[in-house]
Amino acid sequence: MDPSWLPPTVIAIPLIGACLVLALAQHTPRLVVDVAALVTALFTVAGGAVLLVVVGAGRVVTRVGGWTPQIGIVLVADPIGTALALLAAILTACALLYTWRYFDSAEAHVHVLLLLFLAGMVGFALTADLFDLFVFFELMGAAAYALTGHKIEEPQAVHGGFAFGVVNSLGAYFSLTGIALLYARTGRLGLAPLGAALTGRGADVLVLAAMVLVLTGLLVKAAIVPFHFWLADAHAVAPSPVCALFSGVMAPLGLYGVVRVYVTVFGAAVPAVVAHRTLVGLGVVTAGLGAVMCLAQRHLKRMLAYSTIAHLGLFLVGMATLSGQGMAGSMVYLLGHAGVKGALFLLVGLLLARHGNVDEVGLHGRGRADGVARWLFVLAALALAGLPPFGTGLGKAISEEAAERWWLVGIFVLVSAATGGAALRAGLRVHFGLGKPPTDADPDTTSGEDEAQEGRFPARIPMTMVVPVVVLLVGAVAIGVVPAVADRLAEGGRLFVDQAGYLEAVTHGAAATQTPAPARWWTLSGVALGVLSTALAVTLALLAVHGRFGWLGRLLDTPLRTLHRAHSGHVGDYVAWLLGGVAVLSGLLILPALP
Amino acid sequence: MSRRLRLVVFGLGVSGIGVVFVLAALLIPRFGGGDHPYRDLAVPAAVARSAPNVVSALNFDQRALDTLGEETILLASVVGAAALLRPTTSEHERSIVAEDRILSATTLLGYLLLPVTLLVGLDVVAHGHLTPGGGFQGGVVLATGLHLLYVAGSYSTLVRLRPLTWYGIAEALGAGAFAVLGVSGLVAAGGFLVNMLPYGRFGDLFSAGTVPLLNLAVGCEVASGVIVLLAQFLAQALTVRATR
Amino acid sequence: MNMFPYLVGGWLLLVGCLGVVRSRDLVHTVVCVSVAQSGTYVLLVAVGYQSGAAAPVQGEGTPVPGPVVDPVVQALTLTDIVVSATVTALLLGLVIQIAKLHGTVDPDRLNDLRG
Repeated sequence: MDPSWLPPTVIAIPLIGACLVLALAQHTPRLVVDVAALVTALFTVAGGAVLLVVVGAGRVVTRVGGWTPQIGIVLVADPIGTALALLAAILTACALLYTWRYFDSAEAHVHVLLLLFLAGMVGFALTADLFDLFVFFELMGAAAYALTGHKIEEPQAVHGGFAFGVVNSLGAYFSLTGIALLYARTGRLGLAPLGAALTGRGADVLVLAAMVLVLTGLLVKAAIVPFHFWLADAHAVAPSPVCALFSGVMAPLGLYGVVRVYVTVFGAAVPAVVAHRTLVGLGVVTAGLGAVMCLAQRHLKRMLAYSTIAHLGLFLVGMATLSGQGMAGSMVYLLGHAGVKGALFLLVGLLLARHGNVDEVGLHGRGRADGVARWLFVLAALALAGLPPFGTGLGKAISEEAAERWWLVGIFVLVSAATGGAALRAGLRVHFGLGKPPTDADPDTTSGEDEAQEGRFPARIPMTMVVPVVVLLVGAVAIGVVPAVADRLAEGGRLFVDQAGYLEAVTHGAAATQTPAPARWWTLSGVALGVLSTALAVTLALLAVHGRFGWLGRLLDTPLRTLHRAHSGHVGDYVAWLLGGVAVLSGLLILPALP
Repeated sequence: MSRRLRLVVFGLGVSGIGVVFVLAALLIPRFGGGDHPYRDLAVPAAVARSAPNVVSALNFDQRALDTLGEETILLASVVGAAALLRPTTSEHERSIVAEDRILSATTLLGYLLLPVTLLVGLDVVAHGHLTPGGGFQGGVVLATGLHLLYVAGSYSTLVRLRPLTWYGIAEALGAGAFAVLGVSGLVAAGGFLVNMLPYGRFGDLFSAGTVPLLNLAVGCEVASGVIVLLAQFLAQALTVRATR
Repeated sequence: MNMFPYLVGGWLLLVGCLGVVRSRDLVHTVVCVSVAQSGTYVLLVAVGYQSGAAAPVQGEGTPVPGPVVDPVVQALTLTDIVVSATVTALLLGLVIQIAKLHGTVDPDRLNDLRG
């Protein structure tokens, strides 16, 4: 049977479900709304899972409306895009379960927005048309801005949502400008027709400028330095389950878009070495800055947000190899990270629900009675550092192997250790009361004391809030121990970087050639590096808890304060950095690529 | 950053981008030139399906998925704005008792224009595949036309004749109908958003297959959505007050 | 000057960004975002223009001969306009809440998201 009906169906399910929930919400009890939204998300999960099986190690091409790729819009489901769509659906289902009877508002705004957000992410992951990519980018954005500012009683929330909206929208308009330039040159909008039109003509300033502009919006979504400022603010203020979605899948989808657009549209026109160098550079800077800022936070959600930025940098380094293995490694890492980071955000959400506070200092020792949650927190922090057999560890190992150069391997180890160490430090302080409560406070950082309460102070933690955490952590382990996941993603990675195959599949519907990619699995060195970064994380956390940094701490004080001050929360600053970033990107991508 | 530093960073960035953009613009094909390959495919395709308004044919047939995404963005924004502008726990909605007097000329003109505007809106929606316009344009005309009730009459008249709950439902059904029509194409003709109805005669009201139906769905969603959206902003301006 | 319309598009995009950077009022910021977006409309429509061509709406009854301007970019612009209107609505909604909670809409005086 022709499977081309599946991809649009997976987009339509959350969309129709959202409309139903919205219509139902006006006249039915809250329970019906909760159930209907969760069932819709589960249907989307099922649809995504079926699609993943059907896609196998190939591509499913759908001509929407029956039009040829030159006239209409084409959807292409390949293993990596489908895996991301499925991930989005699973995280949305977890978020909906977690928010079960959690927001007081009688209306179903959050449910509808989450489902529309899901539709946007699924569409973004499956479309093969550049303008359609922009439309789904904006759909994700519109739902995300509203979700970020949802806690309207809290001054920080509306401020963070506003900065997010302005920076993301401007990024999107830069992308659209790039799309217009490409259209002027080629008269095409589909990724494959664009790639075919640019093949063999070389790249001049027009094509290169278009590439820089199109990538800008995607890099903003992916929170790559210097486009990253919005992410920490948005994560700090959005409801915790929404943060799990932002960190786990929305920002990584930006990276997916960067590599997808580069490979399919510009793969033949712009030398790979130029793209490779630029993206590795951006990735390393992002990873480093994210790790440092992560260690320097006391607001737990900001800390996790900077850890996400650091990991996004690492994923970009893996993807920038533009090899099947690098892509596969980053994908395994990304999926594992989504589970672990999602669990951590939900656990912080539990703290917020029980103690009305997400400040590492203010919560010192107050989470001792949190039963199973405190052990889950420590476990998730270790997994964040890359503890085998979690998917994070496996993905890190495959990426390190693909990155080849020793100094890149060192960055993977150090950055994952730093982010894991920061999370572990917080867990040990809050849940085990280790060390003395720190006293010094930098006036240029945000404390988590004024965060508005989420939920209703449950006397004991409800199961609907614990189950998603366990599901996410079990999922993160499954990605590391089920060989089929890494195998399938290895094949997906090979397809992902194959521009000619993509063009062929879209134009002629040809099946992918079945040369199995070399399977990647745990190696001795991979396990050793995973254990090493976990050990480093534990050391770092214990040193930090007991405040043993001495002269090093004093030395780092001034640079840290400067960094804190640069992250000012001022939307004008963020846009200035955005423009500066586009200029830097132009210099890095255009100058070396000119003949 | 200080104001000065911010402008310096911006200035450096914008000068770089400016140079790149000018160099790129020099290579764009001459303004007003005749080389438009997508147009050369899209226009005959639209004419073959009896849709004289090629822009509508593109929006509702050839690139209908874009429009599905676009009307979903609208839905998300309306729901999002309603979520952001809901009265908080420390606010309440007061009822309006006394309103400012309105010139009788304004009232007369408003009530005369109200039916005309609504008719024009319906016309723009219904003929979206034939003449300039369509569901979005007509929907906005309908929604703003209804607010003549507020301009010419009073806020309480508007509130009485504007049952928001039902507009919320209509908005959801309009948006859902687009997706359902897409799925119907899948069931009836084997492809999502396939134009599965007879194309009819060029220029007829009932022609171009599903294009007029999709226009109608979008018109319904946009009209209701914009009404709900404006209602949130009006309530913020007129009735929502902090509880002391 | 056959590239003038393209430059107007680029100018609007960048001058909108300048407005956001210099802004002292968040409502002004939102309007500047819209200005930046209108640069994309100008660029799109300019790219699709053809001298002497008709509008891409065929006459009643029979299709007219002769070229029409590119309808694709007009369809894209229409989509873009809807995006702009909705994003503006969302951002203004946020500004209303910022004004209530912070008592100011001057971005220089919002300093609760640091580090």
